[in-house]
Amino acid sequence: MALNYFQPLFDVIRDKDRCIKCQACARQCANEVHRYDGDLDMMISDSQQCVDCQRCVCICPTGALKIVDNPNKFRNNSNWSQQIMTEVYKQAETGGVLLSAMGNPKEYPVYWDKILLNASQVTNPPIDPLREPMETKVFLGKKPKNVSFNEDGSVKTETTPTLELSTPIMFSAMSYGSISRNAHESLARAATELGIFYNTGEGGLHKDFYQYGSNTIVQVASGRFGVFKDYLETGAAIEIKMGQGAKPGIGGHLPGAKILEDVSRTRMIPMGTDAISPAPHHDIYSIEDLRQLVLSLKEATEYKKPVIVKIAAVHNVAAIASGIARSGADIIAIDGYRGGTGAAPTRIRDNVGIPIELALASVDQRLRDEGIRNEVSVVVAGSIRSSSDVVKAIALGADACYIGTAALLALGCHLCRSCQTGKCNWGIATQRPDLVKRLNPNIGYQRLVNLVHAWDHEIKEMMGGMGINSVEALRGNRLMLRGIGLNEKELEILGIQHAGQ
Amino acid sequence: MKRVYVNEDWCLACHLCEYYCAAANSGAENMIKAFANGNKPIPRIKVEEGSGINFAVQCRHCETPLCVKSCITGALSQKDGVISCDESRCVGCYTCVLACPYGCIVTSENSKVIQKCDLCMKNNNGEPACVKGCPNKAIVLEER
Amino acid sequence: MKNYVIIGNSAAAIGAVQGIRSVDKAGNITIITDEAYHTYSRPLISYWLEGKVADDKIYYRELDFYEKNNVKTIFSTRAKKIENGCVVLDNGEKVQYDKLLVATGSKPFVPPMKGLDEVEDRFTFMTWDSAKAIREKVTAGTKVLIIGAGLIGLKCAEALHHLNADITVVDLADRILPSILDVRAGEIMQKHIEDKGTKFILGTSVEQFSKNSAKLTNGDTVDFDIVVVAVGVRPNTELVSDAGGKVEKGIITDLHQQTTIENVYAAGDCTVSHDCSSDTDRILALLPNAFMQGEVAGKNMAGEETLYLNAIPMNAIGFYGLHIITAGSYDGDEDITEDADKEIYKKLVFKDGLLKGFILMGDVARAGIYTSMIKEQIPLTEVDLDLLREKPQMMMFGKARREEKLAGKKH
Repeated sequence: MALNYFQPLFDVIRDKDRCIKCQACARQCANEVHRYDGDLDMMISDSQQCVDCQRCVCICPTGALKIVDNPNKFRNNSNWSQQIMTEVYKQAETGGVLLSAMGNPKEYPVYWDKILLNASQVTNPPIDPLREPMETKVFLGKKPKNVSFNEDGSVKTETTPTLELSTPIMFSAMSYGSISRNAHESLARAATELGIFYNTGEGGLHKDFYQYGSNTIVQVASGRFGVFKDYLETGAAIEIKMGQGAKPGIGGHLPGAKILEDVSRTRMIPMGTDAISPAPHHDIYSIEDLRQLVLSLKEATEYKKPVIVKIAAVHNVAAIASGIARSGADIIAIDGYRGGTGAAPTRIRDNVGIPIELALASVDQRLRDEGIRNEVSVVVAGSIRSSSDVVKAIALGADACYIGTAALLALGCHLCRSCQTGKCNWGIATQRPDLVKRLNPNIGYQRLVNLVHAWDHEIKEMMGGMGINSVEALRGNRLMLRGIGLNEKELEILGIQHAGQ
Repeated sequence: MKRVYVNEDWCLACHLCEYYCAAANSGAENMIKAFANGNKPIPRIKVEEGSGINFAVQCRHCETPLCVKSCITGALSQKDGVISCDESRCVGCYTCVLACPYGCIVTSENSKVIQKCDLCMKNNNGEPACVKGCPNKAIVLEER
Repeated sequence: MKNYVIIGNSAAAIGAVQGIRSVDKAGNITIITDEAYHTYSRPLISYWLEGKVADDKIYYRELDFYEKNNVKTIFSTRAKKIENGCVVLDNGEKVQYDKLLVATGSKPFVPPMKGLDEVEDRFTFMTWDSAKAIREKVTAGTKVLIIGAGLIGLKCAEALHHLNADITVVDLADRILPSILDVRAGEIMQKHIEDKGTKFILGTSVEQFSKNSAKLTNGDTVDFDIVVVAVGVRPNTELVSDAGGKVEKGIITDLHQQTTIENVYAAGDCTVSHDCSSDTDRILALLPNAFMQGEVAGKNMAGEETLYLNAIPMNAIGFYGLHIITAGSYDGDEDITEDADKEIYKKLVFKDGLLKGFILMGDVARAGIYTSMIKEQIPLTEVDLDLLREKPQMMMFGKARREEKLAGKKH
């Protein structure tokens, strides 16, 4: 090979005193970083191939491995960082668009970390969730403005279909194809056990998972992959995907190499063909067009299922949300710029969209101002990392949260951000059978259940601390929030006061 | 009786069970010590791998054990369903190797006597190291 | 309560005790043996002679075996005949039985050889006593002439080799171990043993013994201090034949191990078994076979109907550190791989769509998988032939059979 302009990102450090040459690392690394050399009777590594997925570190039975940042540095330059320079070298070498995966890793502000929660003291005492009832159940969908009753006490008001969640958390859309069958099975089974929902993404629904239909949200995206009558009827709700936080304004591209037999059948496209989702829906150029699709899907499913419209958080998100609320949709899902993806052009992922915290606050406020907040539920996504992020999102006005990255972490993802290579060592973002089997859904689903149970406990603790005993009472309760280190404009958009006020 | 079973669907051929087994039966207190100074303790479990199919094989602890019946010295015996070898009585004739239909009696150049799985009864109170160490729960100890 | 009587005290007898006790915990069991020892493992006498197995490790079962199984033993006493539901002992006593097992094994065959009577120190090698007798006469450098290059002769040679004796083995046949090895495997083993210093003179027999030398038919003369005759064994069948039971090459039994005499069973080296690999009736003088026949006999004697099936000849044995495992019949299509430098030889024999037999030398790992192929008569169409040929492995079976064998699933 000609001159290499850039150096490996990582250094594989092997403690020779601990290494027993069991070769588990070599067998487990799809990137072929580790190798046993029989002549030298030692393990050797090719750091250049390492993506820092930590699989080898986790599997090593003697703790002999560490993956560290390569200490080799280009000359310091605050403007031309090593990463920027490396990217220039790569593009000069390949002539290609830079691709990345998972969420935007740049150092933009994380507003969740600049918002603090309230707690009760003396007056309006806190509630102990271990001793008193605490409700985390939520319903997503249109809420009637008022309710009237018949003489016998039954509800007279005609209600529209809703989704009932045991806790305000759902698993985000991740398509079968972008993630593995075993990842899908883990999500589906966990959602079913938890009484929440997972989302098929735009890849259709594998026949084997129809059994989890009552906890499945089926997605209809611009590629319309795998959409047909049974699919729509199987899901508990239908989501129209207009955009994705990781790559607003562009479509998707699942390479043909990942379209193996099962994926092909599920997506209803020939094996080996690229699955290209166009940037726009070619039948939607206005809110009116969107309304047609919403109503068509409702018609097709006899108005029994709520329809979700998912958009990326972009600059004029509030106005767009207002339009969606008037399109007949029951739920708006907003995906912030830190949302994950199986593959996106790096420049798009890192530079397009806005933070979910600001988008949520402005959408909630706009819908309230227009008196249509009850027409829709608002679900937010795009890097909900913990139960406190969930609580803050709800207090900012969300009805529920989608978690994608956190769910994948529960399944073993270490955010190496190399999903696009298809060589996920954790068996999540891959279709290679030898890698897929690394994710045993019996383990995976249990870990997801554990995670959501843990968050549910914490949500109750935090609500109890605030003297609130239901998610319903927390929603939009921005008085429970205070900003820290935020400027006037940020506080204004978030609709919260600064800490100390 | 609880036995060790392997689910082919989840076996990754990482071979860690072999290492956990070998270390547990080496008498050393941890894996590093077991393999220190070029030592190669012998596993009693064996991973077979093929095109896309992997699985580990270890003693089935047969109800009617051909190895025990065939043993010429009485070194192999069955107690409470667990078949174990009294290594002080084994002479390494390998008649049990000849008899075991699963190929689970282990021979090795650096040991004159045979080695076999005893469900970690001697070293770990019946909590098999292979089951404990399997990273994908492909190996389980259960009643079937 | 039933009276069970067992003549013999080796593998078949012990198998019978275990078989009886798995069904009948209460009945009286009496073992009659002409030897003076707690049950010991006959194949271990060569290990004992070599010094690898000590006195307390030669026993086939723990010393409390009889006590635990409530067995009465009559040692150092020969059973003379079977008569009117009794076993008559050489001391004249009679032992009444309801069910009798004849597990009398075999005895060394010593053919007439000119001048053998003149040899003072001449031995056979079948019992612990015979090993003890040899042990007393051998020190480093003792010249030993062994007549017979079969399993017993060579096991004896190996033991004496470890005692640094000077060993010459003479056999009428032109190759060694003809009962278990083919010509090529025999050559490899012969070279292996010769490299360790043991001499072979094959295709030759002794024309004339004198006190300390033997003149061979090829004209050579071999000097010796002691002679061990190990040319073969003969089953001890007289008790049954004298009592009117059917005896051919050995005692004839049905699949329950019952002889043609009611209530009299037989098991072990004194009986004829059906070899399912060659579909012939023959004596399978093997310890595992003896134990399992004894166990089946014991169960039937105690009233639990059990059949002894799927017997095949099989041997696991090593000489001077080189291991061999063989099983089944060698009549069929052969598949041979060899790496003579590493002393590795492998022969698979196929016939009628089945694996019929094999020889593994050097690398014997997991041989039992092949054995099970022969015994279970698994059709070759159900396995991956390339994998079968490569090495014994469970991978060669299809998923369904693997799950049956390994995952406890029934298909």
